[in-house]
Amino acid sequence: MSDNAVDGDEVAHIADLARIDLDDGEVERFTEQFGEILAAFEALDEVPETDREADLTNVMRPDEVREGLTQEEALQNAPDSEAGQFKGPKVS
Amino acid sequence: MTDYNAYIATDTIEGADDGPLAGRTVAVKDNISTKGVQTTCGSAMLDGYVPPYDATVVERLKDAGATIPGKTNMDEFGMGTTTETSAYGAVENPAAEGRVPGGSSGGSAAVVAAGDADMALGSDTGGSVRCPAAFCGVVGIKPTYGLVSRYGLVAYANSLEQIGPIARSVEDAAELLEVIAGPDERDGTTRDAREHGTDYDFAAAADGDVDGLSLGVPTELLDGADERVVETFWDAIDELEAQGASYHEVDLPSVEHAVEAYYVIAMSEASSNLARFDGVRYGQDGGEGNWNESFAQSREAGFGEEVKRRVLLGTYALSAGYHDKYYKKAQDARAWVKQDFDEALTDADVLASPTMPVPPMKRGESLDDPLTMYLADANTTPVNLANLPAISVPAGETDDGLPVGLQLVGPAFGEKTIIRAGSALA
Repeated sequence: MSDNAVDGDEVAHIADLARIDLDDGEVERFTEQFGEILAAFEALDEVPETDREADLTNVMRPDEVREGLTQEEALQNAPDSEAGQFKGPKVS
Repeated sequence: MTDYNAYIATDTIEGADDGPLAGRTVAVKDNISTKGVQTTCGSAMLDGYVPPYDATVVERLKDAGATIPGKTNMDEFGMGTTTETSAYGAVENPAAEGRVPGGSSGGSAAVVAAGDADMALGSDTGGSVRCPAAFCGVVGIKPTYGLVSRYGLVAYANSLEQIGPIARSVEDAAELLEVIAGPDERDGTTRDAREHGTDYDFAAAADGDVDGLSLGVPTELLDGADERVVETFWDAIDELEAQGASYHEVDLPSVEHAVEAYYVIAMSEASSNLARFDGVRYGQDGGEGNWNESFAQSREAGFGEEVKRRVLLGTYALSAGYHDKYYKKAQDARAWVKQDFDEALTDADVLASPTMPVPPMKRGESLDDPLTMYLADANTTPVNLANLPAISVPAGETDDGLPVGLQLVGPAFGEKTIIRAGSALA
């Protein structure tokens, strides 16, 4: 077993961080696949440190009011809304 | 209408009466927003999602008089090389029965190859325009980063992706590129080609004149490739030579690490980009529970397995303790790849390789082996890391009749050079 191996608990922990529920079959498959994929990523260790020439330009524009979506348009795809607002799950 | 499952929806969107694309049909990949017409990204998460605005490229298509005959099927959120990860079913390859059409813009390439649309738009994050173009025997262009607006393109990995044209000839693809290219104040990463020593007369560049053209062939991109592909590749190079081009071999040691670097960066960006899908503003309702429970349920129900795999791996690569090992090294690799390409392009007008190292895979072969599928992107992903333009043109077929694509990579904003070179073949 290599250093890259992740176990089922780690996969479940990452899934928790990413806010994605997984079923048992997915945890099992991902555990095996992640070991292989992370082992392939290991090749990046051989990459020399390289200067990154950043070619950056300021693209900010003046903060002016522009036409945007109407409230109705913004809400049209929401699974749930109330009084013209998005309705999310309860906080606690 | 064919039955390759290439369209997710066939709502027709009519463009202006006049314009350079009047009378022509341009199918649009389903991760590009169309006002009033469902845009799913090939995902159950966005089943029924109807954008309240058009992507900039869609506005430009309509202004140019094009008719959009439908939204094309794709790997879910662009994540795949075979167009088999779509929640709306796999797409068949009209040019090679029983084989995948390539991905992720497989539907766009398939409708063009089958003659159901004159042209199509795809998006290319790590090869998603060029791969399906190669596998379906048509032409695809991945523009220089910043040439085409991404406004309205549902993001997978912003720093890598560009919308690009697919067509049956280089000239048609160039014509479509001419319509969609150009700066957009709604995408701060767009740049004006005219400030980079060129112009937008792409179609005129498709004159087939390769006399005196210098081709560099990176040996690293031939090494692991399928024999049948390599043979067809050299046939295409011979043909370009016969028309006055010359070639020399070049070394690009950095590309050996490109596909790994690509996946680390793309997955990391995906893990952040796809955080927006929480079932509140759009997407699958997560049902009962607190915020975290509801989000996790929405995302379990809405995302397919490949999307979950990439979001999780991206989350892992960015997490405390692993960031330096994966993400930072991947950024080093990206800078190295960029340097290598820039250097090779000082001695060559374009770099040539097979677009894909393998012919189109059999359907159903790739889904259980994600790593093998990722490695198939070895030749296309370095171009996205380097922000450069590339075209895939048909190089010919293997002896068993499978399409092979030739990839030509040019310098930044060198679209006219790769269009001219590619037009000698298609």
